[in-house]
Amino acid sequence: MHPARKQRLILVSLVVVLSSAAIGLVAFALRDNINLFYPPADVVAGKAPTDRSIRLGGMVVAGSIERSNSELDTIFWVTDYEASVPVRYSGILPDLFAEGEGVVAEGTLDESGMLIATQVLAKHDENYMPPEVAAALEGKTAPAEQPVLP
Amino acid sequence: MIPELGHVALIIAFCLAVGLALIPMWGSMRRDVTAMNLAPTLAVAVALFVAVAFALLAVSFLQDDFTVAVVAANSNSLLPPIFKFSALWGNHEGSLLLWVLILSGWMTAVALFSRGLPLLMVARVLSVMGMIAVGFLAFSLLTSNPFERLLPNTPLDGNDLNPLLQDPGLIIHPPLLYMGYVGLSVPFAFAIAALLGGRLDASWARWSRPWTNVAWGFLSLGIMLGSWWAYYELGWGGWWFWDPVENASFMPWLMGAALVHSLAVTEKRGVFRSWTVLLAIFAFSLSLLGTFLVRSGVLTSVHAFAADPERGLFILIFLALVVGGSLLLYALRAPAVASRVVYSAVSRESLLMANNLVFTVATVVVLLGTLFPLVMDAFSLGKYSVGPPYFNAVFVPLMALVMPFMTVGPLSRWRDDTAARWLHELLVPGIAIVAIAVSLGFLGKEGFNLWIALAVLLAGWVALGVVKDAWRRLANPGGSLRWRSLTPSFMGMAVAHIGFAGVVLGAVVVTQQNVERDLRMAVGDQQELGGYRFEMLSVGQQAGPNYLADQAVFAVTRDGQPVATLIPEKRRYFASGQIMTEAAIDASIWRDLYIALGEPIGEDAWAVRLQYKPMVRWLWLGALMIGLGALLTVADRRYRTQVQRRDAPVVGVAGVAP
Repeated sequence: MHPARKQRLILVSLVVVLSSAAIGLVAFALRDNINLFYPPADVVAGKAPTDRSIRLGGMVVAGSIERSNSELDTIFWVTDYEASVPVRYSGILPDLFAEGEGVVAEGTLDESGMLIATQVLAKHDENYMPPEVAAALEGKTAPAEQPVLP
Repeated sequence: MIPELGHVALIIAFCLAVGLALIPMWGSMRRDVTAMNLAPTLAVAVALFVAVAFALLAVSFLQDDFTVAVVAANSNSLLPPIFKFSALWGNHEGSLLLWVLILSGWMTAVALFSRGLPLLMVARVLSVMGMIAVGFLAFSLLTSNPFERLLPNTPLDGNDLNPLLQDPGLIIHPPLLYMGYVGLSVPFAFAIAALLGGRLDASWARWSRPWTNVAWGFLSLGIMLGSWWAYYELGWGGWWFWDPVENASFMPWLMGAALVHSLAVTEKRGVFRSWTVLLAIFAFSLSLLGTFLVRSGVLTSVHAFAADPERGLFILIFLALVVGGSLLLYALRAPAVASRVVYSAVSRESLLMANNLVFTVATVVVLLGTLFPLVMDAFSLGKYSVGPPYFNAVFVPLMALVMPFMTVGPLSRWRDDTAARWLHELLVPGIAIVAIAVSLGFLGKEGFNLWIALAVLLAGWVALGVVKDAWRRLANPGGSLRWRSLTPSFMGMAVAHIGFAGVVLGAVVVTQQNVERDLRMAVGDQQELGGYRFEMLSVGQQAGPNYLADQAVFAVTRDGQPVATLIPEKRRYFASGQIMTEAAIDASIWRDLYIALGEPIGEDAWAVRLQYKPMVRWLWLGALMIGLGALLTVADRRYRTQVQRRDAPVVGVAGVAP
């Protein structure tokens, strides 16, 4: 075979082999490694799957954080002002996790509808809101809070 | 007054950049020597005025001028001066100014160190860089003016810099990273200039190569610092999160790795020319894409300052212009520069091609994982997130695939080699490495660890190739060693390859053998982890310049012998009220001990995260070696002789191919 043609043949076959290997890997990896985001209203309405990991985002309901006394378990409720979902997390919460602040929790739903979180993400500065949470809250307003005293 | 002067300086820089983008380019078309000669002067002038603007903004920060919006939003009178200065780039507007400052710094460097190049080339390169500068200066002036005033409602004190960014690592991480990001504009400009001139030969590659190596070296160092910072500052002890913003800097690095190797082939052998040009275009395009991802607020990340659709749109249009324009030019001109050199399947060219393919595929899979959620969201197909499992599943095998080639490549011959010779060179050492890897795999506490054995095997294989190569160069039948054959080029490659092996080894060992536990600890409690005993001695409070910290004191012992006293903190910053975890780390080459405080639970008890991280330092030492190795190659003589030739009469325009 002509050397230049042979060279091209090698190049093309290398490209084909490598890219099919890469496509195979990507397809395999994407199969169960992507998480879909759900606002609490969708979770309560039963639209979220229970057999795989999801992301849940919204605001932490004020007064809902319960810490266990002996272990690191924490239970809190996440709301989009339409519905609320309880979340259980065992571990250290991020610094900016607080009541009334935006949060994204990743994990799987159990039979009772509680999210068993493997990861909890909060914002990283006080002016910043995760875009998913902002979108989930769009058009919904917080219930009237306690009136401010004059 | 000072901010207004800065604003004026920035506007003047913009006008000069427009001149730089147009006049020398026009001159290169008309073969007008006077117009082309203006390029270096204009480049230095742009740099000067950007530097003035930058310095004046720095003065505003240091003087606590809270009438300036970015100062009020990102600084505070209690902030230590060094952080007041680094707060300049801890925000969108300021970091963009830093971007432009570094770009103009690179332009100045090209203007100063490229006098040995044909005038036509210098004019085109600087002009292309001038166009990029026009784009970014316009972006800064039109959508993110750093000198905007807050009048008349001036705050008494500033909002403070995000405490996460109040850290020495963050003083140097952005400038280094930008040196790399923006530095890739130099090979890009060289590629465009070559396409414009139709001149793409070994000397072009020799001009472009040192710039590419330096930019890529800085990019490596910047990424390394970012990873290190995330490790000690975020309080999780993680060193890479496959966060979209990390990926944004990692994609140009991967493409740059391909470019660095492809340029070597183009310089030495004159092949892969059009491919090299394409890589240069993609590497810089990915830098711009990174800038878009980070600055447009489409991502959830510590780097996303504020979402502003107008800004995102501006960069998106700029990106489309740059990528579209350069690819169009490529399509028109690439056939003219394609090479006609033949090499066999068993040769160094083929091995470097394998490198290029793997790194390109790696870039594509990372790009896919990074953009997938954005694309799905843009078409309202759902809000997805693609996490580390995806990236690990696709990326790790690719890197494992490239490592076997890394040893054979440097030992093989250009053009034509034989598999028998490879076997002869590498058989005995290869068997030795397999034996070492298998036996080391058993050293782990839980019996044979396949992953560690594989990592040792691959890393050892790479290191071995370097040693063998060095020995082959040094060995002299006469007896004495030929030290001169260890050129800076070779040493740079050797250091970077060993660094890469170090990164792989560190990454695998720390992933496999890491021990981490979140638990509740009160004063007096003890905990055993990774063979070390952690005892919580006391808790107390300590005031810093602009924060109040809760501290816990831990004594770490091993077999009764004291190892370290670690004092993790939980800080509350006055200005913002933000809470920050300050981890305490006992570092050493073989293992890190890491303690971070969570929140207080009950009296004297805290949520505590203890970690034992073996060989985690190898990651950063390895990355440091990659960066320094890349920088070292520039010392090579063949780049110096090029500079010395600058005294020769400027090559006549007529002598240059059209």
